[in-house]
Amino acid sequence: MDTKTLHEQFNAHQKRARTKIKILQLLLLVCLFITWEMTTYYRILDPLIFSSPTAVFQLFISKISDGSLLPHIGVTLLETVIGFLLGTLMGTLIAISLWSSTTFAKVMDPYLVVLNAMPKVAIGPMILVIFGPNMMAVLVMATLISVIISTIVIFSAFQQVNENYIKIMQLFQANKFQLFRHVILPASTPTIISTLKVNVGLSWVGVIVGEFLVSSQGLGYLILSGFQVFNFNTVFLALCIIIVLATIMYKGVEMLERALLKKFNIG
Amino acid sequence: MTLVEVKNLQHLFFSNKDYTTALHDVNFTVQAGEFVSFIGPSGCGKSTLLSILAGLIEPTAGTITYHTADPKIGYMLQQDYLFPWKTIEENILLGLKIAKKDDPKIVHDLLHAFQLSHTAPLYPSQLSGGMRQRIALARTLAIDPSLLLLDEPFSALDFYSKLLLENFVVKTLQQFQKTAILVTHDIEEAIAMSDKIYLFSHRPGTLIQTFIIPEAIRALPPFDARNHPEFQPLFQHIWKELEAHGYENIT
Ligand SMILES: Nc1ncnc2c1ncn2[C@@H]1O[C@H](COP(=O)(O)OP(=O)(O)OP(=O)(O)O)[C@@H](O)[C@H]1O
Ligand SMILES: [Mg+2]
Repeated sequence: MDTKTLHEQFNAHQKRARTKIKILQLLLLVCLFITWEMTTYYRILDPLIFSSPTAVFQLFISKISDGSLLPHIGVTLLETVIGFLLGTLMGTLIAISLWSSTTFAKVMDPYLVVLNAMPKVAIGPMILVIFGPNMMAVLVMATLISVIISTIVIFSAFQQVNENYIKIMQLFQANKFQLFRHVILPASTPTIISTLKVNVGLSWVGVIVGEFLVSSQGLGYLILSGFQVFNFNTVFLALCIIIVLATIMYKGVEMLERALLKKFNIG
Repeated sequence: MTLVEVKNLQHLFFSNKDYTTALHDVNFTVQAGEFVSFIGPSGCGKSTLLSILAGLIEPTAGTITYHTADPKIGYMLQQDYLFPWKTIEENILLGLKIAKKDDPKIVHDLLHAFQLSHTAPLYPSQLSGGMRQRIALARTLAIDPSLLLLDEPFSALDFYSKLLLENFVVKTLQQFQKTAILVTHDIEEAIAMSDKIYLFSHRPGTLIQTFIIPEAIRALPPFDARNHPEFQPLFQHIWKELEAHGYENIT
């Protein structure tokens, strides 16, 4: 046998193995849904609390057709995307200001530690009072939850840039801005992108909590209002949509990460 | 013509509890166009001295005088530290860009002279270690420095690449008429490449001896210099001196 057929055999083998995993994963999902359906159908689990796949699906169809679901999805999606972009952007900007002044960074250090340790959702009611029960409050919540950790992670990436790269720039008599643009920023790009990935998840937390509090629209509002009237079909519907959307968003950022890393020739 | 003059140089590193005297009473001069090597035991302050010469560290005491207007310093380290996010061309151009003198022709001429024109659009990760060190040299030369500092630039390379690069560096520095200071642990390398060798003491580092390399060895490229009849006796002589000072092994 020549190497070419051996290689083809190897590829075919790999492909079979991958397909097998995919099928097993899908099978597990189907099993989960069947178990959910059966247990609630035969009342092993109370369908009033645990709903059921068919009930959720029927609700989904009816809410799509009467147009009452899409606005909620749209609002939540918008809030999440803006929240995680703002969180990362502001985190980067604050990190830059910390980097540009050592004194500022040292003064801010204990405050950052405290702010990072504080559970951000605890000040949710304050945000509600300050910004009023509207989208703004949700956005603030979503941003706040990711901005501090982004700042800390990105700032420490700035500080960990190999000092020999900085030495070379000093020999070129580069100013602070040039140093940042040519060395610090590109060297930290992988970290900034990885915070983007973490912040997607955090923003979802912030948005849902924010919507619980503001309680006027969005998937978080659907969960809360469904719970209040003991309509768990709505709760599970909102939950399923959140899971799907959050996963898609995470995968999207992951693809963006790969594309960017390739573009900057890093990683 | 004297290019740089170092007088009564002393440097201390301070920490909370303690201080380290890295350099003590260092005096020497380097002539324009000269190739000088520093050898000495590990930790004696050679890299610190180069950082001071480059203006990256302010010495605790003593003076450094450059007898040239607007002295520019080139620095080559053990690793190339090419910026991985920039192409080879961008890497070499960067120093010129910062000095607002970016002229792609300088870069192209350098790459051409180094026979590395084909690497211009590539990224550092696509090049071998020896090629990367040559690009690092090109990046250093692009800003037309008055003095080149080489801190063990060959020590991360395999023996064969190292010999090739030694020849290449000496040839290039002669061609561009550059003054250079090389820090090395390799006595043979120091003899083969330089005009003069300064031997440093244990920390706190100070100059304890100067060896002048005979004209016959200097005239040859490093690779051939190693085969010159005067090479081995000189090596033995320096080796004996090192032993006499209590460090048979300076690596
Ligand atoms: N930034 C620093 N802070 C404190 N001490 C330092 C610093 N840099 C170097 N030293 C100390 O100063 C002394 C000289 O260090 P240096 O790096 O100059 O030695 P070297 O001769 O280059 O050694 P090697 O041959 O191993 O490279 C060492 O004892 C080192 O520990
Ligand atoms: Mg050193």
